[in-house]
Amino acid sequence: MIIELGHYALVLALATAVIQAALPILGARLNDRGLMELASSTAVACFLLVAFAFTVLTFAYVTSDFSVRNVWENSHSLKPLIYKISGVWGNHEGSMLLWLLILTFFSALVAAFGRNLPETLKANVLAVQGWIAMAFALFILLTSNPFARLVPAPGEGKDLNPILQDVGLAIHPPLLYLGYVGFSVCFSFAIAALIEGRIDAAWARWVRPWTLAAWTFLTAGISMGSYWAYYELGWGGWWFWDPVENASFMPWLAGTALLHSALVMEKREALKIWTVLLAIMTFSLSLLGTFLVRSGVLTSVHAFATDPTRGIFILAILVFFIGGAFALFALRASHLKAGGIFAPISREGSLVFNNLILTTAAATVLTGTLYPLVLEALTGDKISVGPPFFNMTFGLLMLPLLFAVPFGPLLAWKRGDILGVSQRLFAAVAIGLVFGTGYYYAMNGGPVLALFGIALGVYLIVGSVTDVALRSGLGKVARNVAWRRFTGLPRSAFGTALAHIGLGVTLIGIVAVTAFETETVVEMKPGMTVEAGGYTLRFDGMRNGSGPNYTEESGHFTISRGGVAVSEVWSSKRLYQARRMPTTEAGIRTFGLSQLYVSLGDQIGEGGIVVRIWWKPMILCIWGGTLFMMAGGFVSLSDRRLRVGAPARAKRPKTVPVGAAE
Amino acid sequence: MTRKQKRLAIIGGGVGFLVLAAFLVMFAFSQAIAYFYVPSDLAKANLSPGTRIRLGGVVEGGSVKRGDGKTVTFTVTDTLAGVPVTYTGILPDLFREGQGVVTEGAFVQGSSVFVADTVLAKHDETYMPKDVADRLKAQGVELSGKETIK
Repeated sequence: MIIELGHYALVLALATAVIQAALPILGARLNDRGLMELASSTAVACFLLVAFAFTVLTFAYVTSDFSVRNVWENSHSLKPLIYKISGVWGNHEGSMLLWLLILTFFSALVAAFGRNLPETLKANVLAVQGWIAMAFALFILLTSNPFARLVPAPGEGKDLNPILQDVGLAIHPPLLYLGYVGFSVCFSFAIAALIEGRIDAAWARWVRPWTLAAWTFLTAGISMGSYWAYYELGWGGWWFWDPVENASFMPWLAGTALLHSALVMEKREALKIWTVLLAIMTFSLSLLGTFLVRSGVLTSVHAFATDPTRGIFILAILVFFIGGAFALFALRASHLKAGGIFAPISREGSLVFNNLILTTAAATVLTGTLYPLVLEALTGDKISVGPPFFNMTFGLLMLPLLFAVPFGPLLAWKRGDILGVSQRLFAAVAIGLVFGTGYYYAMNGGPVLALFGIALGVYLIVGSVTDVALRSGLGKVARNVAWRRFTGLPRSAFGTALAHIGLGVTLIGIVAVTAFETETVVEMKPGMTVEAGGYTLRFDGMRNGSGPNYTEESGHFTISRGGVAVSEVWSSKRLYQARRMPTTEAGIRTFGLSQLYVSLGDQIGEGGIVVRIWWKPMILCIWGGTLFMMAGGFVSLSDRRLRVGAPARAKRPKTVPVGAAE
Repeated sequence: MTRKQKRLAIIGGGVGFLVLAAFLVMFAFSQAIAYFYVPSDLAKANLSPGTRIRLGGVVEGGSVKRGDGKTVTFTVTDTLAGVPVTYTGILPDLFREGQGVVTEGAFVQGSSVFVADTVLAKHDETYMPKDVADRLKAQGVELSGKETIK
């Protein structure tokens, strides 16, 4: 009964979304306040209904109600509770419901916090959100109903794919979706602006917090997914340029560009049309990602289901929204008036440079991701585009941007002094080179490029700190004055610095791992030792064990350095009973920022086994850097000037001195 | 600079960068992609030794031999033809005889042995790489129930 109520709630949500999509937009046209006000109430109602449906599905999972087909296919009564819950979105139907839940959640947030938005804008924004919600609710109900029943109900479920039974997976999709779907708000704002044919700096101020929030969550989601793949798949890699990873990375690149162009628009009223276009592109890439992952055109762990009708349905959604948005853009963009002018060398210029590179980089990733699909459709040839392609294109294109990052915040608006900024960054370059050279010699050589890579990372960090230091006047004014200025800096200045520092930290991790990681594959019998990264691993033997829904064989290794045992590690291979599916549980030990990664292969008799051991220098920097970026996002988000729901401040005369502004 | 000149400078720079990126992409496509083959395609493919390709098919039953522990040889087949493959390293969890597999590597000069540096047998026990399934189906090979295209 409760299951049917969940299903019914979803149908009601669709009905509400239809009202939300149709009436407020009419209200905005006719200037009918009553119709416009419907937007907020329907948005909240729609969210509550979807939340109820989602709760019902979660309840079915927790109580292992195998009369629901979706639960039967993806759950098992012996599964630990947390994986029963995460199993809700570990499959196609449930994950689409989560998608819709988050979408309606964002609509409800706009309704709740957007009290100061102009009435028509708010009505239009929520109406566009309603269109999206309607499309996806329809998609779920018609092709992917999670509430379908099974008669008679089986006694036991088929279990969740074991590699998805992991804490990383429990958190990764919701974070990723908060990012992906969060960009829908920016999209809706862009479409609303086009519908109204009016856009100003205040618009950018309303959009920026949403962009920031979505971007921060997307960063967290991608980073989480990368770490999950790293420790769960047992291949020791942290990024594979897999189409599914690219699907989440492209909106991130476009979203990063949007974050920066919205800044120009907010401060200088320039780049209006571009910002609107970017907002549309970012969410289009999110939709494209959903399509690539969910339609089954790609084979991957994420492609839960490959029912062709679903693929076509999502493709239709994609075409409707992207096509519609671009058509509207083509019709209306000329109505938006161009804003302030600036010299190529200026803060605006540097942000344009940022946008140019980020969007080009996103375009190359898009090309590499779609090219095999297009080629197969056209010629039938099957090719794979792997990491070498992306390193060659994306890697090279991003280099100038990385070098330019610290310049941006130091340049003045309108017209900047590049010579002066270069002088101020001289110390950062020098410190970077010192660290790069030092690390290079500490690692006893290696590729010379690595020296410059590390130097670039350190330069990014020091350069970002330089900006904050200069703004507080460190070294120029008395220390207490500098401190007062420092604490008085707008939070977004710290956010910028933190995010840019994070970029540097991640870069250092990537360079160090790429250049200096070591990999050894050895056949080991108990008592044998092997060296990795200055540590000695001794294989002690195998042991059999079992968990709630799997059996495992684990190898024990003692790690020593200079003859002294410092640590130990277990590395296992599991066999999940329900699906008879093996997985590798790599043994990982952390030393500072570096890790030893031990993964087991086949047994070779006499207690021997093939072992693969990696030394991953500085690898934690990769994800550590993303933590800085997220911190930057949250700090910026807490800036008074941007706080969600404080758009009234847009009317305040601009008192922010140019130098202190973001 | 006038407003027009400024705009021209920015647009010019942008277009220049885009052209550069396009060249990079073309160059990378000519260098860094691997075509996919199944064993019976190879006779007509005319590959020069050392060309990186992806070779997919089914691991022939009884063909897996472990050399000195780390190096494994096995035969990849599409039932019409088989290719011996050597691989040094740890095979993926789901690598099994009679199951679909995709290997990436190259033929060595003057040898008919395919030296793989990557072996993919992906995440699901019922998974048959789509490339493999499509090709096998095109060759008229019957795939039983669960092993078909996933």
